[in-house]
Amino acid sequence: MNPTLLMAAGTSGEQIVFWICATFAVLGGLGMLVSKKPVHSALFVAFTMINLAIIYVSLQAPFLGMIQIIVYTGAVMMLFVFVMMIVGVDASDSLVETIKGQRLMAAILVLAFAALLIGAIVNGLQGAPAPSLDAANAVDGGNVQGIARLIFTEYIIAFEVISALLIVAAMGAMMLTHRERYRPKPTQEQMSKARFQRFAATGQLPGNLPPAGTYARHNAIDTPALLPDGSIAIESVPDPLQERGDTRAPSVEDVTEVAEISEGESVVIDGDVVEDLGDEK
Amino acid sequence: MTDQLTGADFLPANEQSLALFGLDPVWLVILKVIGVFIILVLIVLVTIWAERRVVGRMQQRIGPNRAGPFGLLQALMDGFKLAFKEEIFPTAADKMVYIVAPILSVVPAYMAWAVIPFGPEVSIFGHTTPLQLTDFPVAVLYILAIASIGIYGIVLAGWASGSSYPLLGGIRSTAQMISYEIAMGLSFVGVFLFAGTMSTSSIVNGQVELWYGLLLLPSFLIYATAMVGETNRAPFDLPEAESELVGGFHTEYSTMKFALFFLAEYINMVTVSAVAVTLFLGGWRAPWPISIWDGANEGWYPMIWFLLKISIFIFVFIWLRGTLPRFRYDQFMRFGWKVLIPASVAWVLIIGIIRGVSDEYGLTPIPLSITAGVILVVGGLYVLGWNVKRRRAAHLATKTIPTKFEPLAGGFPVPPLPGQEYRPVRRTLSGEAGVASTVPVGSDGAPESDAGIGTTDEEVRGG
Repeated sequence: MNPTLLMAAGTSGEQIVFWICATFAVLGGLGMLVSKKPVHSALFVAFTMINLAIIYVSLQAPFLGMIQIIVYTGAVMMLFVFVMMIVGVDASDSLVETIKGQRLMAAILVLAFAALLIGAIVNGLQGAPAPSLDAANAVDGGNVQGIARLIFTEYIIAFEVISALLIVAAMGAMMLTHRERYRPKPTQEQMSKARFQRFAATGQLPGNLPPAGTYARHNAIDTPALLPDGSIAIESVPDPLQERGDTRAPSVEDVTEVAEISEGESVVIDGDVVEDLGDEK
Repeated sequence: MTDQLTGADFLPANEQSLALFGLDPVWLVILKVIGVFIILVLIVLVTIWAERRVVGRMQQRIGPNRAGPFGLLQALMDGFKLAFKEEIFPTAADKMVYIVAPILSVVPAYMAWAVIPFGPEVSIFGHTTPLQLTDFPVAVLYILAIASIGIYGIVLAGWASGSSYPLLGGIRSTAQMISYEIAMGLSFVGVFLFAGTMSTSSIVNGQVELWYGLLLLPSFLIYATAMVGETNRAPFDLPEAESELVGGFHTEYSTMKFALFFLAEYINMVTVSAVAVTLFLGGWRAPWPISIWDGANEGWYPMIWFLLKISIFIFVFIWLRGTLPRFRYDQFMRFGWKVLIPASVAWVLIIGIIRGVSDEYGLTPIPLSITAGVILVVGGLYVLGWNVKRRRAAHLATKTIPTKFEPLAGGFPVPPLPGQEYRPVRRTLSGEAGVASTVPVGSDGAPESDAGIGTTDEEVRGG
């Protein structure tokens, strides 16, 4: 193994990956900030996370990279769901400041964070060069083995504390969203029975409404279905159309024909019923 | 290339096979990529055909048999048809995301195959190389990560369509992915513990003596269940439940964009089968009676065993679809969170203890693990069966079934209950009542005719 050669070969590839992925990651971060729709922001976060993961992998930390994708794609997915549940499916951002002095506080915190970051980078550049990850990975025979040893020996307390924190957070979320049920949930059987009792009492259909166009000679949504005996099922036309009076009457010939086909005899049609379908309900 | 050459020096004993990777010249890498792509496309075409034929046979019909011999070209023709159809964008769609979603679904489906081992080292144009695109120490985690990116395609398709049914499908898919990926990840832990590695080629090498599917029976069964949920296949196909959500997440998709979703679903099906084979059924290694022959695990033959094992899984997928009704959504979630995940955690705990104890006292963990696995599976099934029996008994105890069969009990026609004798109802042709006059009127005095179902009383019903 030739260390200088290794470093030269590794560095150039690494640098290409870094410049591509870092650009994308920053663009993703900017996209998150400027997009109006919260869902787009969530997507940009996911994009940034994936780019960071690729950088981790190229820096000889494959385990971290993979975990980054697995954990953060799941996390962003949850964010996505929360956005849809709380903000609405296609809500846009409003730029009205709701918390007083929010912008000022944000500016101060950003400056503080930038100072911290610059300090850390300058410190890192001036001090002794950090040991390469190759050497660190070689100690335990691999990246995964090294992380496993560190997590379960040196950092076991921190690890356990973080897991406890996460469990508490999960419990808290469950407590906040918990809803006590005051009466037992009706079972499928009970609901089915109730449906049929309603049917027996009021004649309300227990099953699905007939779809428009069943046995009809016309497949438009405003043309009611014909039942197998040729009678007209007005409930197959959606309620809004009926409200607007946009119901089209099937032709008398069609109704007669269907009835004749299914029964082999003709059927009496009440002309008024066919004409005034819209007012039936 | 140079930095990977030296990797073998640091590799632990069970990851030595990793040293074989990263040495291919560029032309060979491209060749392998194209090879994997072609194999996948072919498998998908055959799978779609097989699914339609097998389901057809299971439903007492023939299935597609017109395009090509035995209808083999059906899937290809469907693909052409989709390509030439009219492109439709829903008005309410978020156009950018709407277009990205199917791509995001299909690209990761292909990417997962980068680490699937098809076979041992072979010679391609004088170059000795493993039949696998690449491998690295966290290959199985890579598959998990890629799979979780792939789900974005479905979720985004649901959201971007700007329509209710797709949105419901997308949300269902989110919940499904989060719930079942936990069980899936936990089922891998057992394999990692015994293989001591997360690289796919090393895991296959660890199964020379015994398949992990037998050694870790509960892990295998949990994975086999979770993989059906993860691929949105029946009986867990809730994101695209056509009886509830029209087409689910892809309701608003047409043409090639729909074809991409279709392609991704089938590739994912093959991918999870390949992962199951690699992790639990010895990968490309020949099954027992064949493995007696020395040449079975050398050269190109292992690819046959690998593809055969995958096709068994695919057949099971099709079989499930032809057999089982779709889960109700709450039952599906309850099953994931209250059965699969606790069972996985318990099993991980047990094998952790077995591994620890046998390492400590120098025992071999194999018989212990197999015994524990069989006990857990049999015990679990017994408890499940006992629970179902108990609930059924409790349910029946609440009922009092009258011995006399009332065809119109409650005012509407009902089938006989258990223990009641069926008396056929003869329909009259007079059309007066619809049921014979011998049949009693419903107990609550509801009229015999079914007036009120249809439209008006004037209409003549039932002839």
